[in-house]
Amino acid sequence: MSMLLSLFFIFFKIGVFTFGGGYAMIANIKEVIVEKKKWITEEEFMQIVTISESTPGPIAINMATFIGYKKKGVLGSALSTLGVVLPSFIIIFVISLFLEQFMNNQYVKYAFYGINAAVSFLILKAGINLFIKLEKKVLPILTFIIVCIILLVFEVLAINLSSIIFIVIGGLIGIVYYGVIQNKKKEGDVE
Amino acid sequence: MILLELFYEFFLIGLFTFGGGYAMIPLVKEVTLRREWLSIEQFTSFLGVCESTPGPIAINMATFIGSSQYGILGAIVATIGVVLPSFIIILLIASLLKNFTDNKFFKAFIKGVKPVVIGLIITTGFILLVECFGYVSLNEFNPNYISMICFGLITLIYFLSKKIFKKKLSAVMIILISIVLGIGVSLIFNLL
Repeated sequence: MSMLLSLFFIFFKIGVFTFGGGYAMIANIKEVIVEKKKWITEEEFMQIVTISESTPGPIAINMATFIGYKKKGVLGSALSTLGVVLPSFIIIFVISLFLEQFMNNQYVKYAFYGINAAVSFLILKAGINLFIKLEKKVLPILTFIIVCIILLVFEVLAINLSSIIFIVIGGLIGIVYYGVIQNKKKEGDVE
Repeated sequence: MILLELFYEFFLIGLFTFGGGYAMIPLVKEVTLRREWLSIEQFTSFLGVCESTPGPIAINMATFIGSSQYGILGAIVATIGVVLPSFIIILLIASLLKNFTDNKFFKAFIKGVKPVVIGLIITTGFILLVECFGYVSLNEFNPNYISMICFGLITLIYFLSKKIFKKKLSAVMIILISIVLGIGVSLIFNLL
């Protein structure tokens, strides 16, 4: 019981103090769970990071679920996940009740001229950082360019198409190219 | 009915977001505009709030949009919807499919998805930028000089602090600076 409670409270605390999204949370979780509490080893932690990065969903949720399960099974994972989600849920819910009235204030409107510019800056920065790390080979670069062009054209023509379709097509191309064609090549090399 | 819609759309978003919070923004933007849950101005403003409050962006967006559509119940349903796919998938991996992420087809899938996600993020950032500069459609552009100046100053401050002080400004810090800039530049414009 006490373990379940401490899972909940520790992840609740992590949820409260993590500003700036998932990656900030990774450092936080490492410090608390691996270094302070020693609930899992450094190696297990790295394994969880790798898995979180290649499965869908916010990294923070993935980590809470995984660590909770390791310590206390399904119930542990449910409580850890609830703990990490609850702070943002409460904060944002309260903000959502007041944002509309708040936005009518003249100074708030002024502030949002700046904030909107900052949001675009942050998203572009995140995207460019990811692009720098992308493998500079023909297929990924070509895929990237095609996605950008299609999205811009759709935006201009005001066509709304689910981004999920792009992700699924990209994944299928990946399976065909990296999973089948390149694999065959490798087998050919061995022979 | 709206509750089902919220759950369904956010469940799909949770299921198809590979690569963390920023990857989710394009998906949420597209769904929110298609379902007419928020206007583009409301969406961008709220993104600013998400960047400066704790917690994963995805959760914040689900809670906010859910609440705007159906109060507390909407917020709960949308948040559960966005969390559930990762929760189930991670439980499966932790319990049964320990080596699932080593599967070569799964790895190939992820490798193919990566450039798509980066394209989605960069294009979304670019579109939000030209929209905050005043782009409405090809025939309509109401230039917002205040946002343009703010963007220039934010970029300048970010790179100066990186070069001179060797310090990368955090997202929260950038938002705080942008609030000061937004108010300051607007007041100067009013004086002119």
